[in-house]
Amino acid sequence: MKLAYWMYAGPAHIGTLRVASSFKNVHAIMHAPLGDDYFNVMRSMLERERDFTPVTASIVDRHVLARGSQEKVVENITRKDKEDNPDLILLTPTCTSSILQEDLQNFVNRASLESKSDVLLADVNHYRVNEFQAADRTLEQIVRHFLEKNKKQNEVCQKTEKPSANILGMFTLGFHNQHDCRELKRLLNDLGVTVNEIIPEGGKVTSLKNLPKAWFNIVPYREIGLMTAMYLEKEYEMPFISTPPMGILNTAQFIREMETILNNLLKTKEKDFRPYIDQQTRFVSQAAWFSRSIDCQNLTGKRAVVFGDATHAACMTKILTCEMGVRVACAGTYCKHDADWFREQVLGFCDEILITEDHTQVGDMIARLEPAAIFGTQMERHVGKRLDTPCGVISAPVHIQNFPLGYRPFLGYEGTNQIADLVYNSFTLGMEDHLLEIFNGHDTKEVITKSLSTETSLSWSPDALQELARIPGFVRGKVKRNVEKYARQNQVNQINVEIMFAAKESVNA
Amino acid sequence: MSELLIEKESLTFECETGNYHTFCPISCVSWLYQKIEDSFFLVIGTKTCGYFLQNALGVMIFAEPRYAMAELEESDISAQLNDYKELKRLCLQIKQDRNPSVIVWIGTCTTEIIKMDLEGMAPRLETEIGIPIVVARANGLDYAFTQGEDTVLAAMAQRCPSEENQTSFVHIKEKKPQLVLFGSLPNTVATQLKLELNRQGIEIQGWLPSTRYADLPILGENTYVCGVNPFLSRTATTLMRRRKCRLISAPFPIGPDGTRAWIEKISAVFGISPKGLEERESKIWSGLEDYLSLVRGKSVFFMGDNLLEISLARFLIRCGMIVYEIGIPYMDRRYQAAELALLEKTCQEKKVPFPRIVEKPDNYYQIQRIRELQPDLTITGMAHANPLEARNITTKWSVEFTFAQIHGFTNAREILELVTRPLRRNQNLSSLTQSILAESSTYVQS
Repeated sequence: MKLAYWMYAGPAHIGTLRVASSFKNVHAIMHAPLGDDYFNVMRSMLERERDFTPVTASIVDRHVLARGSQEKVVENITRKDKEDNPDLILLTPTCTSSILQEDLQNFVNRASLESKSDVLLADVNHYRVNEFQAADRTLEQIVRHFLEKNKKQNEVCQKTEKPSANILGMFTLGFHNQHDCRELKRLLNDLGVTVNEIIPEGGKVTSLKNLPKAWFNIVPYREIGLMTAMYLEKEYEMPFISTPPMGILNTAQFIREMETILNNLLKTKEKDFRPYIDQQTRFVSQAAWFSRSIDCQNLTGKRAVVFGDATHAACMTKILTCEMGVRVACAGTYCKHDADWFREQVLGFCDEILITEDHTQVGDMIARLEPAAIFGTQMERHVGKRLDTPCGVISAPVHIQNFPLGYRPFLGYEGTNQIADLVYNSFTLGMEDHLLEIFNGHDTKEVITKSLSTETSLSWSPDALQELARIPGFVRGKVKRNVEKYARQNQVNQINVEIMFAAKESVNA
Repeated sequence: MSELLIEKESLTFECETGNYHTFCPISCVSWLYQKIEDSFFLVIGTKTCGYFLQNALGVMIFAEPRYAMAELEESDISAQLNDYKELKRLCLQIKQDRNPSVIVWIGTCTTEIIKMDLEGMAPRLETEIGIPIVVARANGLDYAFTQGEDTVLAAMAQRCPSEENQTSFVHIKEKKPQLVLFGSLPNTVATQLKLELNRQGIEIQGWLPSTRYADLPILGENTYVCGVNPFLSRTATTLMRRRKCRLISAPFPIGPDGTRAWIEKISAVFGISPKGLEERESKIWSGLEDYLSLVRGKSVFFMGDNLLEISLARFLIRCGMIVYEIGIPYMDRRYQAAELALLEKTCQEKKVPFPRIVEKPDNYYQIQRIRELQPDLTITGMAHANPLEARNITTKWSVEFTFAQIHGFTNAREILELVTRPLRRNQNLSSLTQSILAESSTYVQS
């Protein structure tokens, strides 16, 4: 057992559900007790999703505990098959079903005899993998299932005429994934590469059979999609790029890797993307010019702490040190399973490396290092608030603010602009704060009284004052004024709790 | 007319598949740890429970809450580690860091399935570490959302001091019966209800729960108990059967009509004829007129997830609304008897058809019914709110009723504030709808 208040990565089933609900017309059925469908709330609230989240539960209750699920799971699958006609139903185990050890595969086999849709059991163990690993695994499982099914039907898969790529790993509830996806498409379009399939977000499982038509694969985030890319490489000899195009240097490297792959496939040297990189870096992206500009000089030597998932934390570390001249005092990630890759990426770009899932350790590290700014998750933002250090949010776990309506990619050349803004704004806010401290804060002449007559004959009884203190600060003044107004109207001099409540009851108090 | 709207002779109860969305009952720690100021809540469960708590409770988690997860790992599940030793280690750590007056263990689905004997371990550990340990099994296998509080209070009722042990109160038996209220309410609301009863000359001897664990009320044969919330049936049963208290079955003090009926019932038990209640109620109603004009004649559909549904529906019918369906996770017809009777009476007086009461609803079927009935307002969980809004069904999140102050005369306005908010939003945005979007167009692309 361990004492835990907060976690960075969610439980395994969340990963599976994210894959399922990212695809179109795929339904997930969780084998779970009542209340475990909280995923639906998150998707509906954070993503402001207009459609019902295609996730239902096959409820595990007392009866299931006593007698086993028996027909229940099969009935739920076939019922959903009839109601919604999904292309795929994904039976999702949870922590509860992990220990019940029911033969879920058997239910799946039985249900698939009766239903028109494909039925799969997500192959994830709650106690061994987290959200990201589960999502990675499930995505590969679904891709493998449909490609093997297709193989049996002996359909020959031709490569597209023009160079094309698949984008693997765009997800619902992913950090700025929608914007990143748009930016990537634009980048590929600029380079004359068409997008073959984007999975899973918005894709259909029935078109997974088209995946091998692409010339190569792109995995923009390390956490999810790599397994699928490796599978496709092994089975279909499709090369893949796993460099995240985040930051000027990484984006350039990403494009150069694409150039190499295309030239290898075309067996020529006709593709030369260097002019494009040069043009974009100097004129489209403002970030390179920004690092030269006087503003950015002020950032030189400022110390920052970076923490997040492996992809975002590693890229941010490199951007801060190599592209902005900021000193990264510590770079860290909670992706323990990918620690080696992370270490290798940030080695030499930061003073310390921290790999942990414990948010208190991260908080203590920040308190010890006293950086000028933090780049982390929502948790680090709150640590920053407590320590009075500005924080830019660069990675999941996220809040609703991290699902902006406006266009905010982190990838590609527009992404570099967004990141530059984020970094710069975090630091200036910090400096402004210091200046305010030096010059004794904002010019605020304290407003002594808000009533027109200074003379007040009203007195507040101790219990009423106590009650008043319970009212949230931002409305307390208004409540106080209203109560006093009410007391005057009713010619009461001593305000007690009863008067307060009576005032509230009188309309609009 | 739709067959869903056929008039019934009396209240009808239906039961569906139980495939509905609600919060896990462990969410009760969020309000109970704030209410019981010297407590610490330890939820013994998995990452799933932790993930739910941290997301559902939002910012509260950053304020160093007095609750934590005892996260079970694979070695706990496969019994490679000794549960007792593990819990002892964690509880000693909690004692050292926070020094609470009571630790509440919340049992979850996992502890149920692996049959961890929490009730057996607690007394042993309690004597060893010197802090009371209360065990509540608030799990999703058995309960929904607010019922979590019920399990905690039922467990806490066992810890209340009894009359016999209070040697200094030997004369208590000759004294007139005592009143203890049960149900967790914000302190402000508790004070308001106390004042209402004081006005009738009724003193409250104590509350379950109290603001401090040490102040739990004295219980015994001389104690009358009355609930303030509709989801406290286990607590009521425990108080009656185990603590020999006498239960006052009354409607719940939600809405002015409910509050008045609640006070009247308590007064009747204490042989007091209440004074000035009728005027007080009508005064409150007249103060609500601006909101009432908005809701009158509008229809409501409760999808059901927090067990407040019957009382809220009864209040809204009194306000002049028409309730199509009351979904509810669990319906204790004995504990809610007085509330159901008031609902029936209200329907008859307002001459509206009886709503159908659907226990353990099926959200999929409910959405079909909502599509057919097109209610003016659907009270639902957050999982369905945005998708329904996108289909031009006006919604209100049900969870807000659990966290807002809705009890007593004073807070009737608060309920209507919540209920009318989407309606007022619709009014404010009507120009957008009229001038740009076609009246009936939804926000979903076909």
